[in-house]
Order: sequence, then C-alpha cells, then structure tokens
Amino acid sequence: MNTETFEPKIVGFLCNWCSYRAADLAGTARIKYQPNVRIIRVMCSGRVDPSFVLKALALGADGVMIAGCHPGECHYLEQNYKAMRRFQMLKHTLRSFGIEEDRVRLQWASAAEGVQLAEAINDMIEKVRALGPLNWSGKYAENGEVEAAIERLAEEHAEAMEVPA
Amino acid sequence: MSEKGKLALYWAASCGGCEIAVLGINEKILDVAAAFDIVLWPVAVDAKVRSIEKMPDKSIDLCLFNGAIRTSEQEYMARLLRQKSKVLVAFGSCAHEGCIPGLGNVTNREEIFQTAYHDTPSTVNPDGVRPQTETEVAEGTLYLPLFYDTVKTLDQCVEVEYYLPGCPPEPERIWDAIVAILENKLPPPGSVIGAETTVCDVCPRTRTEKKIKEFKRTWEIIPDPDICLLDQGLVCCGIATRSGCGALCPTVGSPCIGCYGPNEGVEDFGARMMTALASVIDSDDPEEIDRIIQEGIPDPIGTFYRFSLAHGQLRRRDLNGNGKSVEA
Repeated sequence: MNTETFEPKIVGFLCNWCSYRAADLAGTARIKYQPNVRIIRVMCSGRVDPSFVLKALALGADGVMIAGCHPGECHYLEQNYKAMRRFQMLKHTLRSFGIEEDRVRLQWASAAEGVQLAEAINDMIEKVRALGPLNWSGKYAENGEVEAAIERLAEEHAEAMEVPA
Repeated sequence: MSEKGKLALYWAASCGGCEIAVLGINEKILDVAAAFDIVLWPVAVDAKVRSIEKMPDKSIDLCLFNGAIRTSEQEYMARLLRQKSKVLVAFGSCAHEGCIPGLGNVTNREEIFQTAYHDTPSTVNPDGVRPQTETEVAEGTLYLPLFYDTVKTLDQCVEVEYYLPGCPPEPERIWDAIVAILENKLPPPGSVIGAETTVCDVCPRTRTEKKIKEFKRTWEIIPDPDICLLDQGLVCCGIATRSGCGALCPTVGSPCIGCYGPNEGVEDFGARMMTALASVIDSDDPEEIDRIIQEGIPDPIGTFYRFSLAHGQLRRRDLNGNGKSVEA
C-alpha cells in the first residue's frame, strides 16, 4: 500500500464521565482533530477488557486508544487504576507479539481537557501513520500455494493409492 | 439388532496423547467397539485413506479429530473427514485451540526449517538439504505436503460441530461425550462439551482477596498446601480455564497452565488472564506495576497463550514487528 495515501484507522474507547465529555467539548468548542479516530463510549476505562483491544487490532484497526479520567478522579473511585494495570499488562504482551508500542495508547483526559484530548489524538494518528498499516489478518494468510498443494494430494491419491481390483 | 454406527478417529499435528486418552476409558473401549465400526484410526486400526475417500458423503456418524493443522496434508484430511462425517468433533486442545503445536506461531516455516535442518548441534546436513514440496528423481516426481507458516485450528479450516477440550481430554469427559452422542443428548452445534465453570470452582484451596507485590516462578517457593496458589504469587491460570480436570495440578501444588482451554464465554484466553492478573497487582504506581509485570511475566505469550495462541484473536506473532516505539 502507498503510505502517502494511508489513512490510519484508530479505535478510541472513551470513558463516559471524562474523556467522552472531553471529546464532546472539543466538538462544541470547534477544536479540530483528524477524523481517523472512531470513538466508542464505554462507562469507564476499567470496562475496557484487553480482548476489546485485541479484537480491534485483529479486525483491521491500525491503533487503539483507551481514554479515561485522571488517576484519583474516576467516577467509580479507582477503576481507572485497573485500566492502567491492564494496559501495562497488555502492552507487555503486545510487545512480544511484535506490535509497536505506539499503536496502543492510554490517555487520561478530564471533561475539561478537550484541547489535550484532541492533541493526543492527533499525536497518536501521526505516530501510527508513520508506522504504516497494521493489516493483522495479512500476517497469518498463507500464500496461494496451499490450495494447489491440497489439490495435488487429491490427484495423487486417485492415481497412486488406487487399490487394484 | 440395529446397524452399527461408523466412527473415525484421526490425528493431525499432535503428540499422540489424545489417542492414549481415548484408551484411558479402559474396558469401556469395548462398549465403543460394540456401538461403532471403527473405519479409521491410524494409531490402532489398519484402514486406508483411499477407502474413506470412496465412502459416500456423511456416511461416518462420528469423527473425533485431534491435532492442529500445520501442513496441507492435514488440511486435506480435515476437509475429507468433514465431507464424510455427520458429526465432527475437535478432540483435544490442538484441534480446539492449537495447543503446543500452535506455539509454533511465534515463528514461521523459514525459522523452523533453519533450526531443524541447519542450526541444531546434532544436525549433520553438509548439502543443506531441506524438505521440498516437489522433488524430481529418476522415477518421477516426489511430493511432500506443504508446511504452513501459521498453525491453524480445526475450525479455522472446516466447520466443527463440537469441541472436546483438554490436553488431553480426561477419559471421564471423553466417556461422557460418547454417552451424550450415543443417547443423542448433545448440546447445540458449536458447543464445547464440558463444564461451564472454572478450575478455581473445583479447586480445594482457600481463596482470599488477592494482593500481589511480586509474581513468583514455581521454583522460587514451596507453596503452602491449603492457600490459593495465586494468593501466594504463582501465576495460576485456573481463573480463566474451563473445569474438567478436577483441578489436578493446583491440588498437588502446581499452578494451572490452562490446558482445558478458555471457560465458557471467554473469547480470548490470554486476554482473560491479562485482566485477572492485572487486577491482583497491589500497586497504583505505573513504574512499580511495570517492574512487577516485567520481572514476573518474562514470557507473556508462553504464559497467557500456552494452549491457545493459534485460536487467540491475534493467532500469531508478527516476525517483522519489533514491538518498539517510533522514537526508540
């Protein structure tokens, strides 16, 4: 793929109480950020299971952002700390899968931080743009030899393994 | 007497342990033989693939297929047995979720061949010979199956009716499944035949609220015989693993490694383990959390995806990806 025309797809999991409101604020204040992020509202960053991130990457996202309230400001007291621990565990695992660190990001953004969230989104998009497409499903696609090899086996069986009458 | 059903058992990329597990049902194997004609079972019965190819479609009542799919020959057999069988069961962890052969997905064909045919100290291969799919000899062309870069599970190749988890499945569970099939008391197609609870649920150890400052390796401590192993810092996968074994390993002081696969409703075993382990870390300081994880989980793929890499959401490692950040 031509990297000049590559537009990264970023999935953003934003918490209902802070980060989603920050995105809302960015909207009402007409703060511009690049349109590459697809935002999914979750009740809390602590709701984001690592499998959500893996699924997004496996199904074609080039990067994933998890955004929540600042530490100590969680609507559910301390679930964003859980999000932080999970994120670090996930990051450690993704590294061994060969997935670049900049593709998955944890961002704290309070309801007042529309500007900061927009900056973080732009920054992440630029980093992922520099990395290029992830194209995860392409990493386990065998090349075209497979069907030919299976076909050949069927033919071979029909010839060589025929039991004489 | 009603006509006997037809049973096929096959192995693909597997160790042979599933075959032993089938024999682990002991004298009940005679009941199986009484109920079914065994039309294919490479380890025990002299049957020819050609005769299976000549059978009408859907003429095998039950096929227990163990092993992952690593070569074109295994995929061919998977398709053949799918076509000929009414009910196809992914038998054991390899067919179900890739298991140990699936860990080959941290590498690829090139690296495996390089190690096996060149690099190991015991290899003597002065001519640098490697397996080829086609070789011309005086008598004609010889063919070998194609070795895949990425190991697949059975259900990534063909449609599968049921899954029987375990590495290997416990004989009691195998017998339960056979009885369910004989009595036609099967769950809806696509189901795992087994318990819908975790290893923790049947583990006799006492659990408390978990707070871990450090994960420990098995050789570092002699665990207390009565307290939950995870409470003691050992990475025990019982929380994410389907029950079925009776918590054999944790009962004798060895942490669960997850051979029975993900519990009902868990899509990605590794993600569930990551969530569970992250929740028990007793720290809110990012640097300390990072240190606990780095030191305690040196091999995340081997720890979280030991049995399920090929069936996890990512399926394999990216050999070209370096896992580093842009600035680094």
